[in-house]
Amino acid sequence: MTLYGAVFYLLSAIIVVATAMAVTRRQPVHAVLYLIVAFSGTAALFFLLGAPLLAAFVVILYAGAIMVLVLFVIMLFQRSPRELGLLSDWGPAALLGVVFLAVAVAMVFKDPGSGIVLRGAVVQPRDFGHFLFDRYWLAIEIVSILFLVALVAILHLGKRSETAGDEAEREVNPVRNSSGSLNPTAEQRSIISNGVKEGRQ
Amino acid sequence: MIVPLGHVFLLAGIIFSLGLVCTVAHRNLIMTLIGVEVMMNAAAIAFVAAALRWQLMEGQAFALFILAVAAVEVSVGLALVVNAYRRTGSLDPDRYDILKW
Repeated sequence: MTLYGAVFYLLSAIIVVATAMAVTRRQPVHAVLYLIVAFSGTAALFFLLGAPLLAAFVVILYAGAIMVLVLFVIMLFQRSPRELGLLSDWGPAALLGVVFLAVAVAMVFKDPGSGIVLRGAVVQPRDFGHFLFDRYWLAIEIVSILFLVALVAILHLGKRSETAGDEAEREVNPVRNSSGSLNPTAEQRSIISNGVKEGRQ
Repeated sequence: MIVPLGHVFLLAGIIFSLGLVCTVAHRNLIMTLIGVEVMMNAAAIAFVAAALRWQLMEGQAFALFILAVAAVEVSVGLALVVNAYRRTGSLDPDRYDILKW
């Protein structure tokens, strides 16, 4: 086994263990932290397989941007979503995964081409960029339009809808009334009246 | 020189099935999105290995597009999850049982 082969098996062990730890966690924060390890291993694997530009993109996009985005969204939720566990009947899901894996292994090793040993080659980022914008410029433009569409969709989804605002107001007002009946101090009373005014505006 | 092609595909298959189980078995919507991310990562690994096998750059180009689509998917998915959480106060898909919000 060459040095590259040893590095490959070490990296794949790290990736598989980190991913397995991530998908079995119940706390999404822990899962995200394990996934950062897995994606860093994936970046190193891409570097080993001769794609340095893709390795940089995996670190920047996956391990950096996407995982930080997921962490921020988890922090947005007031109550931590930790009480949600697995499905009560997760057995069929695990069976599905095992069957899929068995079929994939059988198909891969049935193919005579699977024994071909990979020859090392590196695609320089400059060549890769020239290749992309030479042959696949239309796909790049389509991806940029896709990003724009996603931005518009996120802005629309993130906007607070009017019905949701009404519900929030209805939820807030009874709390203030009940606290007003508890013989509040003058300071609290002024805060309550200010709050009610703001609510009416 | 490095490893047989089948071993890289085997690694991609293991990661993909882990992501599949994560997507199906968890009740938490965030964990479902994480599972989809893991599956896309496995597909990208398989494409890069195929690019090295046939010494063509198309596989790496496709892996780049997979990265872009994964970024879009997770951002739109998280916006949907936040929207659903605001309306129902839960991350459990079983709680989304009101047809008209």
